[in-house]
Amino acid sequence: MKNREYQQIDPQALATPTPTPPPRSLPEHKPRRARRKWEVFPGKNRFYCDGRIIVARQSGVLPLTLGLILLTSGLFFIFDCPFLVKHLTSCIPAIGGVLFVFVIISLLQTSFTDPGILPRATPEEAADIEKQIDNPTGSSSSYRPPPRTKEVVINQQVVKLKYCFTCKIFRPPRTSHCSLCDNCVERFDHHCPWVGNCVGKRNYRFFYTFIVSLSFLTAFIFGCVTTHLALRSQGGNGLVNALQSSPASALELVVCFFSVWSILGLSGFHTYLVAANLTTNEDIKGSWSGKSGNEDVGNPYSYNSMIKNCCSVLCGPMPPSLIDRRGFVPSDDSVQTSPVEIELPAAKNDINMEKDCLDFALSCAS
Amino acid sequence: MATEFHNLQELRHSASLANKVFIQRDYTDGTVCKFQTKFPSELDSRIERTLFEDTVKTLNTYYAEAEKIGGQSYIEGCLACLTVYLIFLCIETRYEKVLKKISRYIQEQNEKVYAPRGLLITDPIERGMRVIEISVYEDRGSSGSSSGSSTTSSSGR
Repeated sequence: MKNREYQQIDPQALATPTPTPPPRSLPEHKPRRARRKWEVFPGKNRFYCDGRIIVARQSGVLPLTLGLILLTSGLFFIFDCPFLVKHLTSCIPAIGGVLFVFVIISLLQTSFTDPGILPRATPEEAADIEKQIDNPTGSSSSYRPPPRTKEVVINQQVVKLKYCFTCKIFRPPRTSHCSLCDNCVERFDHHCPWVGNCVGKRNYRFFYTFIVSLSFLTAFIFGCVTTHLALRSQGGNGLVNALQSSPASALELVVCFFSVWSILGLSGFHTYLVAANLTTNEDIKGSWSGKSGNEDVGNPYSYNSMIKNCCSVLCGPMPPSLIDRRGFVPSDDSVQTSPVEIELPAAKNDINMEKDCLDFALSCAS
Repeated sequence: MATEFHNLQELRHSASLANKVFIQRDYTDGTVCKFQTKFPSELDSRIERTLFEDTVKTLNTYYAEAEKIGGQSYIEGCLACLTVYLIFLCIETRYEKVLKKISRYIQEQNEKVYAPRGLLITDPIERGMRVIEISVYEDRGSSGSSSGSSTTSSSGR
């Protein structure tokens, strides 16, 4: 009876499915070379060195940051250090050198490391989540449904998990979607234009090292340049003559004076955040400070001990990158499953023969 | 009811993908990686509850070990800080070592427990550590009615 069905539909179309899948798949696979996952990454990021280095699309003012640091440090080593070595100690360029190396390396690591980007949901995952959410207005696809949230209790605190419409996932706690990079980032702190990247779970410790070492470096250069000018002007020449004989010092003084306050302030702020196990995002929104009037709110992620908080944020284990930039895009398994789907409608009973014909025609055409 | 497969190769060649079941993360302990041990109804007829729970609990233990903040992680963290984190480029971190152990464990579980029952676990790292994806396979030779009933039962929930 089933065979008779096949002959009534179209023996030509039926004879072709089984032999066609292998030749059908070959023309699709032949010209396509294996691509790495970074080449098909959906977020707004740029990749270098075949996926080893990741930066945000807009590099922000990273070149300015690098330029300022290199210029000021260069001028310091060239113009101030010789004088200070002669009159004080040769430790000065050594300390300056160590601080400079710390600053540059941690800056590059902050900029080029994956901050903790969450890959977007696969289509099957997204469909599974859709099934679990009750959508009463399921028919209207143009109307955007109200924000979906899920509540979870963490450490006796109710935390709302929001659904991300771009990534099609329920965001884990402390995760936020960065609109500049178009990615969900775990433990999202902020998007820093000075480093040209988001600061999140994986590169927060690099960022903290960068700002702390930069504040030490700017304070150190400021102190050394002041000492240099003071020593020069002590020789009876006066400050103006000292500045004339070493004009680079004037430039360094100006740059360091303006940056030391802001960098020191930022370091102090982030030290407070680390000790309280908070992110900039949470602090700005006041998620745990009880601004909404709720007295019972406290940070559920804090260990209630400053030392333990510091250790967990800065010395905790380094999580892996979840986006697997250098992996290869898998060859489609869907090509192999489609011939099986052609067989399944034919195996059904013969009541909806017309529907079977339509399904069959569509699957042959795809 | 559950078709007997001999090994993973046979599973991939002679079976068709019927459904995918997702085990979501459990955030009640905070942001640590932990998966829900609730037994999904779609696997009711495919695998014993205890075997499934054992697998998820063992995976949770491995992830807890990877993310544990203790003596070794402090030493690693302090050493990394002193070398301006350049040490991460040279050595394999403890997390990466545990991830390798996890993928070996999942491979072993697939071969011994899940493939003979027509199931396949995907390593959570390939799904961004968001879900444990369990692929449910149906034997190609069987009629489509069993896969049809599983889809109707899941939509009827």
